[in-house]
Amino acid sequence: MATIQDKDIELVTIEVDGREIEARKGEMVIQATDRADIEIPRFCYHHKLSIAANCRMCLVDVEKAPKPLPACATPVAEGMKVFTRSRRAVDAQRGVMEFLLINHPLDCPICDQGGECELQDLAMGYGRSISRFTERKRVVADKNLGPLVSTDMTRCIHCTRCVRFLEEIAGTAELGGVGRGEHTEISTFIERNIESELSGNIIDLCPVGALTNKPFRFSARAWEMTARPYIGTHDCVGSNLYFHVRGGKIMRAVPRENEDINECWLADRDRYSHFGLAADDRVTVPRIKVDGKWQDTDWDTALARAAELLGKAVDDHGADQLGVLASPRATCEEHFLLRRLAEGLGTPHRDHRLRILDSRDPALGSARLDRPLRDVSGADAVFMVGSHLRHDQPILNHRVRTAWRSNQAAVMDLNPVAWKFPFDMAERLIVAPQHMTETLARVARAAFDIAGQTPPDSPLGRFIAERSPEPAAEKIARVLAESDNGFLLVGDQALFHPEAAFLRAIAAEIARLTETALMVLPGPANSQGAWRAGMVPGESGKSASEQLAQGRKAYLLFDIEPEFDLADAATARAGLADAEAVIALAAFAGSDLLDVADVLLPLAPVPETEGSYINADGHRQWLKPAARPVGGAHAGWKILRLFGEHMKIDGFDFSLLAEVDRMLDDTDAPTFPPFEVESIETAGDEGLWRIGPVPMYSVDALVRRAPALQQAHHADNGFAAINPATADALGLKDGDDVLLRQGDAQVRSVLRIDDAIPPSSVWMASATCLASHLGPAWGPIELEKDQ
Amino acid sequence: MQAIRQYFHSLMLLELFKGLNVTFRYFHQPKFTLSYPEEKTPKSPRYRGLHALRRYPNGEERCIACKLCEAVCPALAITIDSTQREDGTRRTTRYDIDMFKCIYCGFCEESCPVDSIVETSFTDYHFEERGEHIVDKQQLLALGDRFEEQIAADRAKDAPYR
Repeated sequence: MATIQDKDIELVTIEVDGREIEARKGEMVIQATDRADIEIPRFCYHHKLSIAANCRMCLVDVEKAPKPLPACATPVAEGMKVFTRSRRAVDAQRGVMEFLLINHPLDCPICDQGGECELQDLAMGYGRSISRFTERKRVVADKNLGPLVSTDMTRCIHCTRCVRFLEEIAGTAELGGVGRGEHTEISTFIERNIESELSGNIIDLCPVGALTNKPFRFSARAWEMTARPYIGTHDCVGSNLYFHVRGGKIMRAVPRENEDINECWLADRDRYSHFGLAADDRVTVPRIKVDGKWQDTDWDTALARAAELLGKAVDDHGADQLGVLASPRATCEEHFLLRRLAEGLGTPHRDHRLRILDSRDPALGSARLDRPLRDVSGADAVFMVGSHLRHDQPILNHRVRTAWRSNQAAVMDLNPVAWKFPFDMAERLIVAPQHMTETLARVARAAFDIAGQTPPDSPLGRFIAERSPEPAAEKIARVLAESDNGFLLVGDQALFHPEAAFLRAIAAEIARLTETALMVLPGPANSQGAWRAGMVPGESGKSASEQLAQGRKAYLLFDIEPEFDLADAATARAGLADAEAVIALAAFAGSDLLDVADVLLPLAPVPETEGSYINADGHRQWLKPAARPVGGAHAGWKILRLFGEHMKIDGFDFSLLAEVDRMLDDTDAPTFPPFEVESIETAGDEGLWRIGPVPMYSVDALVRRAPALQQAHHADNGFAAINPATADALGLKDGDDVLLRQGDAQVRSVLRIDDAIPPSSVWMASATCLASHLGPAWGPIELEKDQ
Repeated sequence: MQAIRQYFHSLMLLELFKGLNVTFRYFHQPKFTLSYPEEKTPKSPRYRGLHALRRYPNGEERCIACKLCEAVCPALAITIDSTQREDGTRRTTRYDIDMFKCIYCGFCEESCPVDSIVETSFTDYHFEERGEHIVDKQQLLALGDRFEEQIAADRAKDAPYR
């Protein structure tokens, strides 16, 4: 029997079916029996949701109670005697089951839930073998909830788990019960799609087949698939999940419970991205460019060609002219091998921080977490600096929401857009990106005042000392200083900001002064693993942005789409086009990659590869391939091994991944001296700045190819947006065609007026087709009406 | 005495005439032999022969891709892929039966919730080329169309006992 560890909790003893079990005072019977592995049937009860007690399936017999009581809504009491299998309990459960089945269509053969259905299972255990109901069953019209969740509302038994999930966990309250009695329907309030970034979880919660996975619809049965443990690879949280695989192909993803990381939830991005693996432009055979034309070839020829091109470039121009760039989605082992390869070829110019524009702080992009991510749920104050947490790390956003819900945490932010969050904001500082550093310095100034200290006589200290905080900044500093359990979260948008190093340094000051936990989130996906493996610029090495801006003669690209994955698409394209040799290990061949590359080596991306990932907490998770690589694609570490051998570099004669792990363990992660701000100058007030966050469903090549996600509301990013005041000043109105210009790069777009955007800035997302012809994601931009 | 009786029995060829009597009796009776394939033995309505996929009278295929036959098949002879057809219904894109694996147990028919997969009483088939033993969905539907009358009659005859 499970025992309760925490000694502070008052315990009572209850007797269930003649067995004595311990229970926490005040908890419900079902919670105690679940811990003791005593089975009580239920539909509406879920341990992460509030108690509704509306399905009545968990009726149990309690001694001295005049009638059966719902176990999920009956608090335990000392000496209580519960009978789950007595005549009265079983009769009640059978009766409830009969009522539930009255209106259930029993169309199990065509229902995707068939074989994994809680109603099926419990009907087997508690139902009758025949139906006595001869009247007509009701029919409910299906609702269109968007491209991710499909509905068969006739099957619904009104447990309201989905309603409670969206209201309590996702915080969007998009579903509700309409009507009464037999006319009850679960519906959106107005006919519309569900837009929550966690919407897929209602599929797992639904005990029947009313809500099912839309892209997966009718494609496989629960019993045909094997569950392979994996993790979500699109953010630094590393949500645990299972891929359900049939015949080597991933059919769907479901969450794997891990209380430290994702509890039992999964973001839609992690759930639906694998559908992108079957994209039309998947590279399945090695290809080489001969006289400007692509030719399919075999591995030996392609590797020999790649080695020859790189070798020639290095011989002709020196190893300094070679840049090695990797996607942060590569595994730790792949990052390590890329580092080895770069070192073997003699170049220090290697980087995985593709979207970082600021090169001042060499340690930018590494995480600094004072507390583990799970502690965020217990925060009483959270200050987010440059973070669209809801889209960047949806699971972490859920933790902030938990803190807001259960601890009334004061959530505050400094952001370039007034993003909508599923919690109330105690204070907001929404400023144009060029003013973010200065605004954060004002908060720091207020923090110095509250701490009764004067800023030190350093460039940063003087910069802070010159600011005069406004009431909002003062309030933020005060709330943080007064909190017992405060968190200062520096997010992705601050990381990609051109003044990221300043933002990070000032945030660290604020955290120090207010004694809050500093949480500098790492970059996307496995950035932490890349840092561990040392896939960052070596001695006098250049960052990704610098390499492309200065131009190199040869590049080795690992899983990179030049037009989408780099901070400055226009410069990247020009830099790569000018290179003599571009060797690309790629899973997908986008048009830009086909233009610039000379050799394409088919890469099996995660989740077709094995290796390890390190999440923001520093928690390393080993992965086994979940799916069979498409066509002739190989795992990255295997390709790099072959390539290393072709280049005759030492240390590439291993045959097992475990040997790479061992080498990695024997190598220290690179360290950098703490960053000292030498001089601080921020962008002036002149002109407009571009706000170019990466949309949730554009973060990497796989997500960009997932059809269901691309149909979702959040993938609609092909427009520019400005503040009404800016629009008035420029004489523009909603729906105008505008011309956006960054240096020589320019695009035409439609304009939207949005008061979530601060004045003096233009919102234009990066990593979209439209933005792939523009310059830096963050920086000066010109806007004019298109004639 | 016994020896004398036996001597006369054998002298008069009595055993021979007894035997020939049987021969002549059957010689004049109608023959058992069937001239296959012109003539065939009658079969039980429960006979389990070649498989077929049935349609509804309006021409719509019955199969809804529930995959119960695939799951129940003890010889793993059935392979099904399913998808959502344009009209939103659940349908198979592939329904293969490997006739070499099949043991004609009839479980597929028993498990089918819509009486789609059936075993007809048809047994006269052979394969000439490698690979022909995998009968696909179109062939099975064609078999269903061809034998529908017989299939329906057999099922009707058996219905009172089910």
